[in-house]
Amino acid sequence: MYDLIGLAAGIAFILALKGLSHPKTARRGNLIGAFGAGLATLVVFFYASPSVYGKAESSLPLNNLGWILGAIAVGLIIGVPAARKVEMTQMPQLVALFNGVGGGAAALVAIVEYLNLGSEATTAQVVFTVFTVIVGCVSFSGSIITFMKLQELMTTRPVVFPAGRFVIAATLASVIGVGGWVVSALGTTPLLILAALSLLFGVLFVLPVGGADVPIVISLLNAFTGLTVAASGYVLDSVLLIIAGTLVGASGTILTRLMADAMGRSLFGTLFGAFTAKPQDSSGVAEDRPVRSGSADDVAILLNYARRVVIVPGFGLAVAQAQHTVRELADLMISKGIDVAYGIHPVAGRMPGHMNVLLAEANVPYDQLVEMDEVNPTFGQTDVAIVIGANDVVNPAAKTTPGCPIYGMPILEVNNAANIIFLKRSMRPGFAGIENELLYDPKTMLLFGDAKSSLTKVVSALKAL
Amino acid sequence: MDAMAILSIFVLSVFVGFEVVSKVSSTLHTPLMSGANAIHGVILVGAIIVADHSETNLELGLSLAAIVLATINMVGGFVVTDRMLEMFKGQKK
Repeated sequence: MYDLIGLAAGIAFILALKGLSHPKTARRGNLIGAFGAGLATLVVFFYASPSVYGKAESSLPLNNLGWILGAIAVGLIIGVPAARKVEMTQMPQLVALFNGVGGGAAALVAIVEYLNLGSEATTAQVVFTVFTVIVGCVSFSGSIITFMKLQELMTTRPVVFPAGRFVIAATLASVIGVGGWVVSALGTTPLLILAALSLLFGVLFVLPVGGADVPIVISLLNAFTGLTVAASGYVLDSVLLIIAGTLVGASGTILTRLMADAMGRSLFGTLFGAFTAKPQDSSGVAEDRPVRSGSADDVAILLNYARRVVIVPGFGLAVAQAQHTVRELADLMISKGIDVAYGIHPVAGRMPGHMNVLLAEANVPYDQLVEMDEVNPTFGQTDVAIVIGANDVVNPAAKTTPGCPIYGMPILEVNNAANIIFLKRSMRPGFAGIENELLYDPKTMLLFGDAKSSLTKVVSALKAL
Repeated sequence: MDAMAILSIFVLSVFVGFEVVSKVSSTLHTPLMSGANAIHGVILVGAIIVADHSETNLELGLSLAAIVLATINMVGGFVVTDRMLEMFKGQKK
């Protein structure tokens, strides 16, 4: 019966992933997943744990029941408000953090298993336990670094240090070496050394990844955590954990590849690109070149006489909470008979699909959101492209400058539009930290200031015309 | 459970995992990742099992920490995914 309910939860997870793959069924899919997870958790309390790693089957009620319930309550008190209150703009780092704590949980479970492994434990059990400790720790510390990058608690640029590759390779080699030692010696001290080395490896592994590529790494670490859950399932003799963990591991791997493809990156290039790329000399020279900056009135006039306008929203729009104002501007232009579309880059915002979520929050009609492949051919007939708080996703350097961190990433070709307007707070480069040549283009006009107040000014200027 | 049964479950799950997400639009990448992320929060079940079997304070402490983290992962993950998807509701009619 216990395994049967586990199977039901497993099926719920399959349906959840299936549902999440289609826009119409996504929300229901998520609820099915939550139901499956809730069911699986509830059931543990009503069936005695099977005998695992040589320990006898336990009896009901569970030992330490009060402690267990208390710990769950603490988790709820921390987790639910965090998920409820987070701004949609900060959601990617929250997902990274949740993934990290999941990896941490798997590692802790494995450490407890390890402490209990008796002489009866099979080699396979020991190996899987050690695997979980390693990968769980990597996922935990790696996710913390991605969180810090996204939260901008540390630099978003790739962090490269002298002989970085060799340090990383040496760390990995020692992780594997100590892993072997731990498997054969079954000692607590080696295990702690292993955990520390794995944590270090997670940090080193993520540091060289550039800001724009962070979502791919989160997805990869997510798949890693899935695998640790599957490995724990093997040791704890739980079909449910094996199914759930493997599903996440497999779908996470595919998803990582899909994301990398959407960004025109190879997975290898993402992870190790910073070490092979030539150092760029973007600094200095460009700073004092002249740019053409305009006023809100100039922008309004330009828009008033346009026939087709494409709005390119970026993360800056979300930071300024200007989604609603931009919709107001779009509605106003539409009422003036101007053809308006939003050009959405697959990775606009901080994660694939992030911008769609943010614009949907402002009730922008779905049919005005045009994906990159469809909008790119139309820039030739576009009179004005308004780039709001975006930078890297329109940077022609991705096509023209081999060796720059975003080289090869598909971009929105706003440089083909007749006029380009950039709404920017400053001349600061984008998340990937690269200078954008487009800002100095003669057909570009810059409107400096907070995206929201700039847009409000443009809206009232356009109304007055 | 014998090794062959476990291997079968593992391999079949890999294929199912590959299959269900192979054709998904980039719009849904983030919610899908977040949902998958929440699913691996079921490590909570494993954490409860080891807490149940814990005999020393060290084991219990580590298990309880695992329970707290896993709960955050699972519940927080599903809640934040739901919030993301809520934004899409009523659209694409």
